[in-house]
Amino acid sequence: MDLTLTSFAPAMPEMFLLGMLSLVLVVDLFLTERTRHITYILSLLSLAGTFWLVLDGYPRLPELAFHGSYINDPMAALLKLFMLLAVMVVLVYSKEYIKQRDMYKGEFYLLVLFATLGMLVLASAHTLLTVYMGLELLSLSMYAMVALRRDNVDASEAAMKYFVLGAMASAMLLYGMSLVYGATGTLDFALMGEAAAKLPTNDVTMLFGIIFMLVGVAFKLGAVPFHMWVPDVYHGAPTAVTLFISSAPKLAAFAMLMRIFVDGLGELHQQWQGILIVMALLSFGLGNLVAIAQTNLKRMLAYSGISHIGFLLLGVLSGTSEGYAASLYYAITYVVMSLGGFGMILLLSRAGFEADKLDDLKGLNDRSPWFALMMMMLMFSMAGVPPFLGFWAKLAVIQAAVGVGLVWLAIAAVVFSVVGAFYYLRIIKLMYFDKPESDAPIESSADLRILLSANSLAVVGLGLFPSSLLAICSASIG
Amino acid sequence: MSFEQILFYVFSSFLVLSAGAVVTLRNPVHSALALVLAFFNSAALWMMLEAEFLAITLVLVYVGAVMVLFLFVVMMLDINIARMREGFAQLLPIGIVVAVLMFGVMYQVYNGDRFAPGDMPVPTPHAADYENTRELGLQLYTTYVFPFELAAVVLLLAIVAAIALTLRRREGTKYQAPEKQVVTRREDRVRLVKVPSEARK
Repeated sequence: MDLTLTSFAPAMPEMFLLGMLSLVLVVDLFLTERTRHITYILSLLSLAGTFWLVLDGYPRLPELAFHGSYINDPMAALLKLFMLLAVMVVLVYSKEYIKQRDMYKGEFYLLVLFATLGMLVLASAHTLLTVYMGLELLSLSMYAMVALRRDNVDASEAAMKYFVLGAMASAMLLYGMSLVYGATGTLDFALMGEAAAKLPTNDVTMLFGIIFMLVGVAFKLGAVPFHMWVPDVYHGAPTAVTLFISSAPKLAAFAMLMRIFVDGLGELHQQWQGILIVMALLSFGLGNLVAIAQTNLKRMLAYSGISHIGFLLLGVLSGTSEGYAASLYYAITYVVMSLGGFGMILLLSRAGFEADKLDDLKGLNDRSPWFALMMMMLMFSMAGVPPFLGFWAKLAVIQAAVGVGLVWLAIAAVVFSVVGAFYYLRIIKLMYFDKPESDAPIESSADLRILLSANSLAVVGLGLFPSSLLAICSASIG
Repeated sequence: MSFEQILFYVFSSFLVLSAGAVVTLRNPVHSALALVLAFFNSAALWMMLEAEFLAITLVLVYVGAVMVLFLFVVMMLDINIARMREGFAQLLPIGIVVAVLMFGVMYQVYNGDRFAPGDMPVPTPHAADYENTRELGLQLYTTYVFPFELAAVVLLLAIVAAIALTLRRREGTKYQAPEKQVVTRREDRVRLVKVPSEARK
C-alpha cells in the first residue's frame, strides 16, 4: 500500500475547503446577527484560499490521486478556477438581498461552501463513484438552498419539484452507472474506455447504460427534454439562489458530461453523438421559442439558459478536441453572462420588491444610464452580437459542428439564435424607449455596483480579445 | 447433499416462508416480526457466503434499529386493516401485470448473455483465517478512501440542511431551563409560614 502524503497532494484545494468549511460551521455557532459578517468574510477567504491552492497546483500533465479516484488535469484546474470565482461573485452579489429577506444565516454560506466542494469533486472525478458523490454533494446543498425561505410558497414549490425530479435523475444516473459497470467491469474512467472498446458494437447493456447516464447528466445541465425543472426552480427560488444555481453548477454539469462521456466513454462517441444531437436541437429550439412568451425576467433567463445549454452541447457532440475546447469556452462564457444577468435583478431588487418582471426594466436608462448600458452589453452578448463575448463562444461551437460535417445542425443553431435575439433586444427596447413605472432610486451597496460593472465590462473586454481565453481552453483540453 | 447445501436450503426456505408471511399475515405486528425473521435468514445466507461483515451489519442495523423503529410506529398507529383491504379487487389486475413484468425482467436477466449465473466465476472458498471485515476495511480506507470520506461529508451536509430547514425558534414556546433549575435554592422556593394554633371551639 502506497499511502504517502504526496498521493494526497493533488487534492489539496478540496481538503483545504473542507477544513475551512468545518471551521465556518463551528465559528458560526458563536455569532449573532450583528457579527454575521464574519461568516461572510470567512467564506470568501476560504474560497480565495482554495483559488490560490488550485492556481498554485496548476498541473501541466494529469496527476492521479487516491488510487485513481481523483484526477487533477488542466481542464479540472481551469474549471475549478472559474467555479470558485463565480461562487465568490455570487456571495458578494447576494449579500444585501439575503439580508433583506431573512436568509442572512450561517447556513446559507455553509450550503454554498458544501455545493462548491461538490463541484470541485465533480471537476476532478476519475471514477463513476466519485462523480456520484460529488453530484450528490452539489445537488443536496442546492435543494436545501432553494427551500431556505420555506415560508415563501413559490420557493417551497420550487424546492419540492427540484428535489423530486432531481432524485429521479440521480436514480437514472445510478442505474446507468450500474449497467455500465456490469458491462465493463470497472468504475475507473481510464480502464473503462479500453473495456468498452472491446465490447461488440451496439451492445444492449452498454447502450442502456449510456442512455440512462445521459438522462441524469442532461437533467443536471437542464437540456430538453429534461428541462422541466429549470423555469420553475429559477422562478421560485430566491434570486440569490437562482444566481448561484445558474452559474457555477453549470460548469460542474459540463465537467460531469466531459468526465463520463469523453474521459470514460470517448471510444463510444458514435453511440452517444446521436442522442446529443437531438438534445441540442431541442434545447436551442424550444428554449429560444418559449423564452419569447415569458413576462418574468427570471423565467426568460431560465429558457435562455436552456438554449445556451443546447449550444454548449454542439461542441461536445462534435467529438473533436476543438469541439470540447469550444464547449468549455461556451460554459465559462455562459457563467459570466448569467452572473451578470441575475446580478442585475439583484441590483434592482430592494426590501419587499423583486425586480423580476420584464416591466421592472422599463425606462432603466432614465433611472440609471450606466446600468442600462451594462445590461445592454449583457443582452447583446447573450444574443451573440459581435464583438461581445457571447458571439465568439457561439462562433466556436458552431465552427466545431461544421468541422465534423454537421452543417444542417449549425444552420439550425444560427436560425434559432436569430430567433432568440428578439427577446434580448426587447429588453433593450424596454430599457431605452419605454417610460419607467416607478422613479424609485436604485438602492444597492458599492461592492455590488463595482463588481457588477466589472462583470459586464468583462463581457466586452473578453469579447474584444477573444483569443486569450479560447487559447487557454484549447490548451486545457489538450 | 453436503451439510452446507442442507443449511442453505433450510435458511432459504425459511427466508421465502417468512417473506411470504410478511405480506399475508393479518396483524401488522406479526408482519413486522416475520420481516425480522426474514432479515435473520438472509444474514445467515450472507454468512455462508463468507460475507460476515454484511451479515452482522444487517442484523445490527436492520433488525436492531430499523425494525424496532418500525414496530414502534406500527404499534403507535391504529392501522385499520379492513380499510386497507378495500381496494384489493380493483388493484389486483394492476398487481398481476406488475408481477408478470417483474418476473419477465428477472427471467430475461437470468437467461441473458451477460448476467446469467453461468457467466459469473464460481467463488473460491477462502481459508479459515480469512477475514471479510478486514478486507472490506482495507479496501474502504485505501482504494476507496476518497468516496468514503465524501460520503461522510454528504452526511454532514444532510445534518446541516435538515437543521437549516426545520429549526426555528417560535415566540411563546414553553421549555425548561435546566441551568436555572439547578441553581435554585430552597429559600427561593419554599416559604415557611408560621400558622398560630387556635384553640378548638
